[in-house]
Amino acid sequence: MSKEAQKEKSMILQKEMVSSLFNDLAHAKELGKKVCYTFIPGNLSELIQTFDMLPVYPEINALQSAMRKKSSAYIKEAERHAHSEDVCTYVKCDVGMMMKGNIGPTGQKIPEPDVLLLSYTGCFTFLKWFETLKREYPNAKVIMVHTPYQENGEITSEMTEYMVKQFKEVVIPEMEKVTGIKFDESKLKRHLTLAAEAEDWITKIFDSTKHKPSPIDAYFAGVYYIGPINIGFRGTQKAVDYYKELYKEIQERIDKGLGPITPEGEMKEEKYRLVVEGPPNWTHFREFWKIFYDMGAVIVASSYTKVGGVYDLGWRHDPERPLEALAEYCMNCYTNMNIPQRIDLLKKCIVDYDADGYVTNSIKSCNSFSAGQLGMMREIEDSLEVPVGFIESDLVDPRYFSYSNIKNRLESYFQMLEQRKKMEAVPV
Amino acid sequence: MWLLCAKILILFMKTLEDLIAECEELAFDLNFTRAKNWKEEKEGRVLVGYMPIYFPREIIHAAGAMPVGIFGGGDNKQIIKGDAYYQSYICHIPRSIMEIALDKHMDHIDGFIFPSICDVIRNLSGIFKQQKIGKFVKYMDFPQNFLPEIGGIFYQQEMGHVLKYIKELNGKEVTVEDLNHSIDLYNKNRQMIEFIYDIRQDYPWRLSIEEVYCIVRAGTVIPVEEHNAILEQVCEHIKEDIGTPQDKIKVVVSGAFCEQPALGLIRAIEEAGCYVVDDDYQLGSRMILGDIDTTTDNPLATIALAYIKQSQFSSSIYDVYNPKEYRLAKIVEDREADGVIFAAASFCDPSLLDAPIFQNAFDKMGIRYIAFVFSENINQYKVIKEQVGTFSDSIKLWEDDLVAV
Repeated sequence: MSKEAQKEKSMILQKEMVSSLFNDLAHAKELGKKVCYTFIPGNLSELIQTFDMLPVYPEINALQSAMRKKSSAYIKEAERHAHSEDVCTYVKCDVGMMMKGNIGPTGQKIPEPDVLLLSYTGCFTFLKWFETLKREYPNAKVIMVHTPYQENGEITSEMTEYMVKQFKEVVIPEMEKVTGIKFDESKLKRHLTLAAEAEDWITKIFDSTKHKPSPIDAYFAGVYYIGPINIGFRGTQKAVDYYKELYKEIQERIDKGLGPITPEGEMKEEKYRLVVEGPPNWTHFREFWKIFYDMGAVIVASSYTKVGGVYDLGWRHDPERPLEALAEYCMNCYTNMNIPQRIDLLKKCIVDYDADGYVTNSIKSCNSFSAGQLGMMREIEDSLEVPVGFIESDLVDPRYFSYSNIKNRLESYFQMLEQRKKMEAVPV
Repeated sequence: MWLLCAKILILFMKTLEDLIAECEELAFDLNFTRAKNWKEEKEGRVLVGYMPIYFPREIIHAAGAMPVGIFGGGDNKQIIKGDAYYQSYICHIPRSIMEIALDKHMDHIDGFIFPSICDVIRNLSGIFKQQKIGKFVKYMDFPQNFLPEIGGIFYQQEMGHVLKYIKELNGKEVTVEDLNHSIDLYNKNRQMIEFIYDIRQDYPWRLSIEEVYCIVRAGTVIPVEEHNAILEQVCEHIKEDIGTPQDKIKVVVSGAFCEQPALGLIRAIEEAGCYVVDDDYQLGSRMILGDIDTTTDNPLATIALAYIKQSQFSSSIYDVYNPKEYRLAKIVEDREADGVIFAAASFCDPSLLDAPIFQNAFDKMGIRYIAFVFSENINQYKVIKEQVGTFSDSIKLWEDDLVAV
C-alpha cells in the first residue's frame, strides 16, 4: 500500500493553476472565452493567450484519465467505434472520453472546441487526431500550422519563413475571425518575455541533477515539473512564479544534500543515475516509478521532458522576433528533431549528468518516439560504452503494462549496473 | 499517320503474357537490376531511391537521374537484421527496407528520399542518416498548407534541395526544357495507367488486378521511357475483347498505399469474388489527377501547384476543406463499385486512424465495406479470402440489384 504523497508548496501551486484552468474551461461560455484545442509539442501558448482563448490539450486529458484509471473504458469505447487496437491510445482515450460526455479530470465538462489548432510538431498522429475530432465537432475551425521537420538537424531560414507566412496569412487572421479580437503584437511580446523567463527557470531546475545526490527525479517528477510550461501557462506570470518557487525548494534540497522526493517520501540512497528515453506509462505510473526508487535509481535526464520544448541547449522565445520565435519553438521540440540529433542530445545528457546507464521505455502506441529507438540505443551503447536497458509499455492502455515483465527486466538491468560498478571499483 | 504508328506498334508488340511476366520480374527484383544496369550503361548516371507514397519523379528524371521505388521486401525477403531495428508493434516495411539496405541490395542507389507519410518512415530517414546509407538522405516534407504562395513555395524549395543533391553527384543543371519534357513523359505514363483502370472498370476480366499491379509497380524501377513503351503495348492488348467474364462484385480497395500486400493477397481478393476496379496500392504512380502543364516557364511551381490542386486524397494529407470520405465515395460511385475493402497494413497509423472516419461516413452513406489488416510478408490468405468471399456473396446473393456481367 502506497503512503500518502508529500506535498510541497510548488505542488499545491500547480494544483491550483490546473484547477483554475479547468474551472475556467467549464465556464468558458459565461466568461466569453473561446476554446482552443491544441497539442503539447509545438503548443502556441503565447499566441492563444494573446487572443484570450482557453487551451485544451487532449493528450493531457488522456494521461489524466489513465492516472484516474478511466482510460481502459474510454479506449474500449473508441474500439467499439472502429478504432483499431494498433494505434495511438491517447487518441482512443480522448475519443472515448468525448463519447462518454467529455468530463475532465476535475469532474467538470470540457467544452467543445471553437478552434482546433493543429500546430502539429513531430507527430503525424496529431494530424489524424484532429481529422477525427473535426468530424465530431463540425463547427470548430481547424487552423493548420505545418511545422517542418529538422530533417537535416537544423532550422533553416526557409523553414522559419514558411512558418511565419502561415502565422501571418492563415493562423492570426483565422484567430482574429474566431475570437473577434485584433492581433496585438505588443501583447504577444509580453507573453514571450515571460515565456523566456520561465524557460530560464526550468532549465536551471533540470540542470540541478548535476548535483550528487540529484535533488530531483527528472523523469517521474519531471513530468509534473513540465506541467505548467506545457499546458498553457508558459507566457504567464503564474508560470514564472511556480518555477521560482520550485527552484527555491530544489535549492533547499541541494543545500541539505537531499535526494528526490518520491510518493513514499525522500529517496534515501542514490545508487544509479539514469537517462530515460521515451514517455512514461500513465496507467501504472506509481508502480512504475516505485520499481526505480526501490532500487535506488534516479533519473537525471529524460527526453520526454523535452517534448514540449528543448531549452537546455540555450534556445529561448525572443520577444524581439515574435513570430520567428514561435516558429523556432515549434521546430525545436524533441520529436521534431531527427534521429542523429536525438542521439547527440541524449549522449550529452548522459555525459553532462554523469549517468550510469540509459533506459528506453518503448511505448507501443507512440511511433514518433518509438520508431528508431533501437538504433539510437545501439549507437549510444557503442559510442559511450554505457549499459543500456530496454522495457516496453504503453501510454494509457493498461493492457500493455506488464508489471512483472518490466520489473524482471529492470532488476536484471540493475544487477548489471551493480556488477559494472563493482568491476570499475577494482584497481587494474 | 496514327494508323501507321499503331500498325508498327502491333508489329513489334510482345504478347500480353510476356509483358506481364516481364513486369512481375522487374517489380519484385530486390536487386533493382534494371536500375543498376541503367546506371552502368553511362558514366555519371545517378539512382535515387524513394519510399512510398508519392514523390514527383519528374524532377529526378529531369536531373538526369532515375527514380527507384522502394516498397519493401514483401514476402520475398526473410527479415533478420531489420527486426533488430524495429519493435514488434511497428509496421513491417521499415524492417524490410533496412534488411534490403543492410544486405547491400541497394548499394548502387546513390541517394534516398523519404516522403512525409508517417512517423515511422520519417524516423527511418534518420536511421539511414545514422547508418550513413547512401550519398544523401532527404526527408521530403510535403506541405500541409495548400496555398500556392505559402505551401507551394515551400514545396518548390524542397524539390530544389533534391535537385541540388543530384547536381552534386552528376553536375547537371536542370533546365526548364528538361523539366517540361519529364513532366510530359510522366503525364503520358499516368494517362496510360488510368486508361488501364478505365478499361478494367467495364471489362475487369481482360486483365486481373494482380497483373495491373505488376505492370504499374514495374514502372517504379525502370526508366519511364521503357515503362511507357510497355504501357502502350498493354493498352493495345486490352482494347481487344479478351478474357472471360466471371460472376464477381466490383470493389475499391483502400488503405494499402505504403506497405504493400503480397501479390498472393492481391490475387486472393479477386479469386474470392471481387473485381478490384480501383485501389491505392501504388498510389504514388497515380497521385496527380490529370496532366501537369508542360508549357510554363516555372515547371517546379507547376508541379507544386499540381500537388496542391490535383492530388488524389491521401491518409498523409489533411485537406480540411476536401474531406476524404466524400472523395473515396466519389471513386466508388464513378467506378460503379459495389463496395469497399479497407486493407490496412498492421500498425499503419495513417491508414488505421482513417478507418473510423471512412467507416462512420460510409455507414451513413450506405456504402458497403469490410476491413482487414495484413502484413507485407504474410502468405496465408485463407481467413482474408473467406472474409472477402463472404462479403462478395452477401452482395451478390442478397442485394436487390444483382451485378450484371
